[in-house]
Amino acid sequence: MQSASDTAPRPFSTAQIERGANLAAIGNCVTCHTAHGGKPYAGGYPVQTPFGAVHGTNITPDRETGIGSWSLADFTRALREGMSPEGHHYYPAFPYAYFTHLDDDDIAALYAFVMTREPVRAAVPANSVLVPRFAVAIWNARYLHRGALASDASRDAGWNRGHYLAESLAHCSECHTPRDKLGGEKRNEYLAGGEAGGWEAPALNQNSSSPQPWTSSAMGQYLRTGLVDEHAISAGPMRGVVENLSHAKPADVDALARYIVSMERKGPDMANAAPPAASAHGEELYAGACGECHDRGRAAEGGALQLGKAIAVALPTPKNLIHIVQDGITPREDSAQPWMPAFRGSFTDEDLADLLAYTRTLGRKPAWNDVQGQVRAARREGEGK
Amino acid sequence: MTSLEVNGRTVQVDADPATPLLYVLRNDLGLNAAKFGCGLGQCGACTVMAGGEAIYSCLVPISALEGRPIVTVEGLGTQEHPGPMQEAFMEAQAAQCGYCIPGMMMRAQALLEKKPGASGEEVREALEPNLCRCGTHMRILRAVARAQELMKGGR
Repeated sequence: MQSASDTAPRPFSTAQIERGANLAAIGNCVTCHTAHGGKPYAGGYPVQTPFGAVHGTNITPDRETGIGSWSLADFTRALREGMSPEGHHYYPAFPYAYFTHLDDDDIAALYAFVMTREPVRAAVPANSVLVPRFAVAIWNARYLHRGALASDASRDAGWNRGHYLAESLAHCSECHTPRDKLGGEKRNEYLAGGEAGGWEAPALNQNSSSPQPWTSSAMGQYLRTGLVDEHAISAGPMRGVVENLSHAKPADVDALARYIVSMERKGPDMANAAPPAASAHGEELYAGACGECHDRGRAAEGGALQLGKAIAVALPTPKNLIHIVQDGITPREDSAQPWMPAFRGSFTDEDLADLLAYTRTLGRKPAWNDVQGQVRAARREGEGK
Repeated sequence: MTSLEVNGRTVQVDADPATPLLYVLRNDLGLNAAKFGCGLGQCGACTVMAGGEAIYSCLVPISALEGRPIVTVEGLGTQEHPGPMQEAFMEAQAAQCGYCIPGMMMRAQALLEKKPGASGEEVREALEPNLCRCGTHMRILRAVARAQELMKGGR
């Protein structure tokens, strides 16, 4: 039974809803709150954590299965304290430890945005986390630092805006900072590189593996489109982030870019030790399978980024490169961006390891440890899918 | 010299080990079923099987293929005794210009050898990397479904 007040239009202005839409895009909310092939924001996406799978919830305004009955105070408590209206703890896979820094107006705008989405009736699968919910209170005591972020008076408004967005909604460090055994961020290794969905999330601080230093404008273009000269195209979990940021206000994305680039602090280390010796077999495989495109550079028709400029060959492990070689790069539906075929099934594990080891020499970096072991581990993971 | 097993026959190939398989098949071995389309792994016309997997023969060098049995459309049957995949493609008249068909057949063959009971959805997903510009997709899907029946011994 619906009362008159349920069906009455909610008192949100268009400006407030638009502001919320921009913030939701920056927050990448839709990724974890949408099941594969499901309706946007209706939940059901499994976020894999070392403690089990946590499913993104239905945040459409459906009253039964979504958050249609929530007040703004309920919504605020969820974002700032990680707690449901009934008083149970959410698992920290929901990034409330970042959202806690959001200001009141931004929370109200996000509330206006989600409450004006199409209500979808969709129950979310049960989580497989082995940690009881009350234990999250202990985690919160250690890792949840509520309150507004301090602004840095020595920096301008643009940088501070970027800092606020990166540390709250965009939750960059959720993936780009390493975690301790309890799954909390190691704040003394802020943005030193982490893990996301079986991919390496590259370091964004002084440990950056990027073969070319980033500029704010290059980073801004990368975050908006996934593609900028002299850098590799976005791949893995970052693709979804870029897809969402492409809908955000360019000024906000540029602010994020400025903040992130300011964390890199120094240019990357190009003067490396002598590269490891290349195996002739690896070089043959590269020449036959990769060189046709990658030797010619992006400017040539059908050409691709020279691998010496690709971050995947420069990262501490070959994890991301294995994903890219096996599954290729698929452009977004609506774009004519670069494309790379999937090589899954083309090589034996031994051959693939030789090929990867050779590409590492193009990045002029010391050899990776146990490439074959990592190839085998990735294949087992891929077979599980 | 590189030693390859192609359609059940062992052959010695005198070519640069970095040479992609497609050129060896067509230029050295006279096996012309696999086609050169884009040479970049974008169209699938060159698809053959190696070690049971569908590969882009335009992008996999022969030095990666020693000890991995290669099968091309010529290995699926003969004109007198077509194999089930060939029979099914003829029955369904799945070819318009026909350029993509050998690649389609080999990718479908690789799928059905691994998963004889693949669903229609799985067939579509598996064939996704192979392009057809004539638009005979529906006939190709019918042909693969028919090949599935024939492989199970149906008529």
